[in-house]
Amino acid sequence: MTNHWVDIKNADLILVMGGNPAEAHPCGFKWAIEAKKTRKAKLVVVDPRFNRTASVADFYAPLRSGSDIAFLGGVINYLIANDKIHKDYVKAYTNASFLVDPGFKFSDGLFSGYNEEKRSYDKGSWSYQLDKDGYAKIDESWQDPNCVWQLMKAHYARYTPEMVAKVCGTPKESFLKVCEYIAETAAPNKTMTSLYALGWTEHSVGSQNIRCMAMIQLLLGNMGMAGGGINALRGHSNVQGITDFALYAQQLPGYLAAPTDADKDIKSFLEKKTTKALRPGQMNFYQNFPKWYVSLQKAWWGDAATKDNGFAFDYMPKLAGASDVLSIFDQMYQGKINGFLCQGFNPLASVANKKKVSDALAKLKYMVVMDPLATDTSEFWKPYGEFNEVDPAKIPTEVFRLPTSLFAETAGSFTNSGRVILWRWKAAEPPGDAKDDTEIMATLFLKLKEMYAKDGGAFAEPIQKLTWAYRIPNKPSPEELMMEYNGKALADVVDPKDATKVLVKAGDQLPSFAMLRDDGTTTCGNWIYCGVWSQAGNNSARRDNSDPSGLGQTLNWGFAWPVNRRILYNRASADPSGKPWDPKRTVLRWTGKVWGGNDIPDMRPDAAPEENVMPFIMNPEGVARLFARDLMAEGPFPEHYEPFETPLEANPMHPQNPKAKSNPAARVYKGDMEAFGNAKDFPYVATTYRLTEHFHFWTKQSLVNAIMQPEHFVEIGEELAKEKGIAAGDRVKVRSNRGFIKAVAVVTKRIKAFDIDGKKVHTVGIPIHFGFKGATKPGFITNTLTPFVGDANTQTPEYKAFLVNIEKA
Amino acid sequence: MNVTRRQFFRICTAGLGGSSIAMMGFSPNAALAEVRTFKLTRATETRNTCPYCSVSCGVLIYSSGDKSKNAHAEIIHIEGDPDNPVNRGTLCPKGAGLRDMVQSANRLKWPEVREAGASEWKKISWNEAFDRIAKHMKADRDANFMVQNKDGLTVNRWTSTAFLASSAAPNEAGYLTVKTIRALGMTSIDTQARI
Repeated sequence: MTNHWVDIKNADLILVMGGNPAEAHPCGFKWAIEAKKTRKAKLVVVDPRFNRTASVADFYAPLRSGSDIAFLGGVINYLIANDKIHKDYVKAYTNASFLVDPGFKFSDGLFSGYNEEKRSYDKGSWSYQLDKDGYAKIDESWQDPNCVWQLMKAHYARYTPEMVAKVCGTPKESFLKVCEYIAETAAPNKTMTSLYALGWTEHSVGSQNIRCMAMIQLLLGNMGMAGGGINALRGHSNVQGITDFALYAQQLPGYLAAPTDADKDIKSFLEKKTTKALRPGQMNFYQNFPKWYVSLQKAWWGDAATKDNGFAFDYMPKLAGASDVLSIFDQMYQGKINGFLCQGFNPLASVANKKKVSDALAKLKYMVVMDPLATDTSEFWKPYGEFNEVDPAKIPTEVFRLPTSLFAETAGSFTNSGRVILWRWKAAEPPGDAKDDTEIMATLFLKLKEMYAKDGGAFAEPIQKLTWAYRIPNKPSPEELMMEYNGKALADVVDPKDATKVLVKAGDQLPSFAMLRDDGTTTCGNWIYCGVWSQAGNNSARRDNSDPSGLGQTLNWGFAWPVNRRILYNRASADPSGKPWDPKRTVLRWTGKVWGGNDIPDMRPDAAPEENVMPFIMNPEGVARLFARDLMAEGPFPEHYEPFETPLEANPMHPQNPKAKSNPAARVYKGDMEAFGNAKDFPYVATTYRLTEHFHFWTKQSLVNAIMQPEHFVEIGEELAKEKGIAAGDRVKVRSNRGFIKAVAVVTKRIKAFDIDGKKVHTVGIPIHFGFKGATKPGFITNTLTPFVGDANTQTPEYKAFLVNIEKA
Repeated sequence: MNVTRRQFFRICTAGLGGSSIAMMGFSPNAALAEVRTFKLTRATETRNTCPYCSVSCGVLIYSSGDKSKNAHAEIIHIEGDPDNPVNRGTLCPKGAGLRDMVQSANRLKWPEVREAGASEWKKISWNEAFDRIAKHMKADRDANFMVQNKDGLTVNRWTSTAFLASSAAPNEAGYLTVKTIRALGMTSIDTQARI
């Protein structure tokens, strides 16, 4: 989230699209209700299903699953055509006036530089025109045909209300009504908050769904404002924290790019990652990359990381290429992965195409499951009738299952999706011999370290030299770990302007990442968390919930990253002169000497308005991007592409170009393209979803949740039920080209057929929560059906739009 | 004056001290018939966070015992934390079942192994589990660790053992996990964040 949960109460309009918080995030959703009650805010829901969020909305518009960009592109067109733009904001704080390379083109659904064979773009022309100093050229009049404003206007002119109705199946009047609601927030003192979750991410164009809304929020001037922003509601309770710590391949803690085969030494690596300002006088915060990166190497390898060895740059493994759940299971499927450690994760249930995942696991030599519960994955080798048809004798994988503690049985911090880090205390011991994840990881690591010391083996230096200063070596405490990743000074940190002034004494915990240095004198395991355990102690354990701002900022409750800032880009909540756009909801204002208000400034505290330091400090432009340069895989402007399994013959926006039917830059593996089904055999659009009584594949293990929702079902509309002769309560079989599931039919008025360009398209809703292990009735795994293809940027699988057929079982 | 126990509590919380009301003769009839005291009054209260969705609601966990070294704490009740500014004491239907999750019949209690081709689990000790897993990891790492790529660039990576990490783990476990697996050279890493 750019904002936070309580801040939703400050909105004038709450647009829920790509999420269903009334059911998936009920206790956070009450802030939307609070806004309705206290501010008379409006709630608008756009979704393929009339879900429970829609049931309390002021307005609901249906759209076909997988057509969000067509809808949002239509909104952009509406705002431009009707002059519903917060112009002062857009002029000052976005790249609308920037000039783009004349080689940049868009024609027939493809941007310039497409390589069909590689399914990717040469992005050379997706850039700005630069002047002799390396700064982007701009045209403040917005008249140059190559300025971002003109290019954007032309790009979205094709997204007429008629086209939206044709692609999305949304009635034109409903679409226009949503546009009217949204357009009202172009006023400087009105804000819209965008709430989304997996309904936007789980598409082959997931990232562009979100980007498209980010553009709308910029055009309306809603970024940085209280009650504004782009708010990812997100999944697990600590999914934000685990993302921040980069438990994935492409990045290191704090979103630092991991080195790859293109990086031969630390010098060239740091130079490449240190961005150069694209407009004069901007903060260009990524210029600090070397301070963050060197401090991480120092946190991990201490004295062994010296200037002479490039701070142990070679200890950090270099990323080979793609690495994500889909690529990992594809590699495993091809027999290129021998071992698999699975920590609190149930991939057999949660990854696309269960058959492929199961076959992949059967090719492993060893697998280690660390989990508090007996998961489906841990028993992938065990037959459970038609729910899991396997022959154990033919599966040579050695499987270890290690019992771990649950939330109530450990201390430590969780970070909510509003970026607030909050400490938790331990209430009880785990059952039996179960251990904490930290003890398991530490013991395994120390065992390997001992074996390497005794027997030697492949490159053991990074193992032997890893910092390990824990009082009980096999049980690092959460306090020790938090202090370590916060970081400390190894030598006195002095003021760069006055070397006699010591800012942090050697040995002290660092108060903020502003103190990090690139000369090896500071350590920090995650720069964005720096300050969470300062000399003042554990700031995540602060529990003062007072709120003098009245905006719900609660600055003394826990600690938000970065530097306890609650609303990102908050400099943009004030006009260029430093006056709040809406004085009633002041987040930040210029006091004459420094920035003050109700938040930690997202700006150099003493940057006077006349210095023209712009609010988007992480961008070398200083402003936000309506044109994304070369930073997205499939283009600088979001474009509608059909899901990989679509009920339509062609992309209605580009009916003559088969290359532009589905995301032209999405990665598709050999065999997976063949496993896509077509509309002839599988005529219905399926979309997976979640129930309010269950959380993913977890609560099926909890008795009371299993009592509330005991059995797998699929939801269809009355019209389809009638066509197929299915009655409520019948057992039905749902097939995709990858397999089938059986479940109980629920027939509702919540799902209606769409009219897509004269063709009737039905939707089948499939809850995900069931499986063959747990307290719920044994059932099929929904992801038996889903396609093995992901978003071109994040590789998040396309769970929300694929094709099935349905019949009475 | 006849008051029920519930009314009595209401009077007490209306502002006056309960004991002074009782001294004035307003003791509740129902309370005299009470066979056991309210069970949470003697429980230990611990603040924690619901592990399900990322609203990350504050919870109060009530356990028996006083956390002294030899006292076995059993969780007897979990409810929303009214101090938490986000959930303000509420929990949803998911979180309402938290105690049943902690006490799920499917909680794992000891390490087990399923041998190659076997159709059942076998209970093993932690020592045996760590020994066997570490041997597998070392053998695979030593056999497949790549020091240099084909262009002679130092890459120091180990791709043939994969790791999927938990988004339900606390930050500290996540930090220790990423630190150790990167030090081992792993790059086939992912977490639920993507899905």
